[in-house]
Amino acid sequence: MIAGRRGALVGAALLAAGLVLPFVPGVYIVFAIDLVCFALVAVAFDILLGFTGLLSFGHALFWGGAGYVVTIAIARGATSFPLVVLEGVAYAFVLSLAVGALSVRRSGIYFAMITLAIAELQYFVAFQLTDITGGENGLPVATRGTLFGLSLENDHVYYYLVLAIAAVATTLAIRIVTSPYGAVLAAMRENESRAKSLGYDIERFKLAAFVISGTLAGLAGALYSVGNRLAGLDAIDWHTSGAIVMMTILGGIGTIYGPMIGAAIFQSLDFFVSKTPIGDKTNIVMGLVFAIIILIARRGIVGELMHRLRPSVVLPFDDEEPVLDNPILEGHA
Amino acid sequence: MPHVSPDYLLIQIFNGLVNGGFYALLALGLSIIFGMLRIVNFAHGAMYMLGAFVAYYGAELLHLPFFAALVVAPILVGAFGLGLEVLLLRRLYALDPLYNLLLTFAIVLIVEDAMRLAAGALGSPYATPDLLAGATNLGFTEYPTYRLFVIVVCMIVCAAVYFGIERSRLGARIRAATEKPELTRAFGIDTSRLVSGTFAFGVALAAFAGVLAAPNTNVTPTMGDTVIINTFAIVVIGGLGSILGSVVAGFALGVIAAVGAVLYPPIANTLIFIVMVLVILFRPTGLFGMAERTA
Repeated sequence: MIAGRRGALVGAALLAAGLVLPFVPGVYIVFAIDLVCFALVAVAFDILLGFTGLLSFGHALFWGGAGYVVTIAIARGATSFPLVVLEGVAYAFVLSLAVGALSVRRSGIYFAMITLAIAELQYFVAFQLTDITGGENGLPVATRGTLFGLSLENDHVYYYLVLAIAAVATTLAIRIVTSPYGAVLAAMRENESRAKSLGYDIERFKLAAFVISGTLAGLAGALYSVGNRLAGLDAIDWHTSGAIVMMTILGGIGTIYGPMIGAAIFQSLDFFVSKTPIGDKTNIVMGLVFAIIILIARRGIVGELMHRLRPSVVLPFDDEEPVLDNPILEGHA
Repeated sequence: MPHVSPDYLLIQIFNGLVNGGFYALLALGLSIIFGMLRIVNFAHGAMYMLGAFVAYYGAELLHLPFFAALVVAPILVGAFGLGLEVLLLRRLYALDPLYNLLLTFAIVLIVEDAMRLAAGALGSPYATPDLLAGATNLGFTEYPTYRLFVIVVCMIVCAAVYFGIERSRLGARIRAATEKPELTRAFGIDTSRLVSGTFAFGVALAAFAGVLAAPNTNVTPTMGDTVIINTFAIVVIGGLGSILGSVVAGFALGVIAAVGAVLYPPIANTLIFIVMVLVILFRPTGLFGMAERTA
């Protein structure tokens, strides 16, 4: 679905949906900005999970971390939007290089726990450095700055800028995963020891994917913070890492467009549930939906749809060779 | 470095042992579950929270005494865990263990927000039992009796579980089933019941820790949040699946974090994670861990 004419068609359809989104009755413009930012971070996450099989439970590290960096830069007087965003992205790049080098040494559950714990490290540092980050109050963004002289204070102007950036970044992401490099990633995911025996340096490929994913997540987070005019602790907290995981899987691992749709559904559902008497306890519903996806529709919404339409297409985790390293559970399942 | 009196440092070491006791109980449960089921129970912190709430509501509604809660809460929450294992987790054993991590994550979200809906977000205090109120003279200081009780109980329970698994008949079966499952089954042992029982027991340990924590902190729906991430870091340090490693790392990191906080206060919350990063750098399998097999 990602590659070829069919992929281009889906991409164009999503872009068209993005273009008309602010005119859909009932859609707040800031909600639309959030939605596009989350769609982008879900794409970033899918590059890692869908194409290397590594599940990071710490992507709030890059998303929220870059958000703080841009906000701090603005608080100190920076007004050039491209420069500010670049700083946030650079932070995510350096951080993902360091964290990736450390965490890709382990895989599976260990990788998930390590990324989670390292993200929590950043959380407590930000929590502690009240002078710089504003602590529990967060840090407001006084101005979105200007882009080549164009003011970005208008929400609609900012929305279309974010949409354009997200479209370019997603195109880039698709180029990467459909390139020969992406093919090696997929080969590693499907059979790591075989890829290794073919002479590929597994750790370097994984690290590269981690850095691409983390940096792109940083870009999305920077755009989000500037859009919301706030960097807050909840953006770097593990619930946000979990939300990114949920959006991606909800849409469909390894389908790139799926996670974008997953992010849109997640954000919309969250919004509607928060208007019911449940209020801010939306996680009851989000958790239930996610549990059902994990139990009966692991390909995600788009993945299941693709599977129904063209069963010949193989998705990540699809071959589902039972990976029992503990046969005690066989038969028990 | 600030000047620290030896007595003050000693008090902080005792405080570290209190926190370490909670970490050890939780890490122990996580490790037992992981050893047998190969899954990491993300909901372990939520089970700890549920244990505390059973004690709280038990006292509020039924005048359930603390010592009764120490028995009732693990049974109730353990039964809840058993239900989760039988109805949900079991369906995913044939798949990548990450799916069960994700499923237990979903359970955290549901349970936590359900408790926020039922109990409100604010904390509720839970009274220290009369028998353990007041302070005990330790020679160098008066130390809260309840906290001493926590340290002693955690150590006894950890030791009992360790020796239970190393020495008893049931423990031998559990170890056999963990290491050579087919062979264990060939000997006619019902491994399916061992799996369910192990999960329920691990969860019951978390609930037990939650009851112990109730008089020590505010009982809130999110009280498991920070605890579970710290415990994850601790099992990575100790070596996931290593029972001894979990207990030792639990107590050790409790003390290290407390002492670190005395020497350099801002590091209090982050020290455990810093130690984890160092351990991964120099010993990726954890201090007591074995090399991972797959995934």
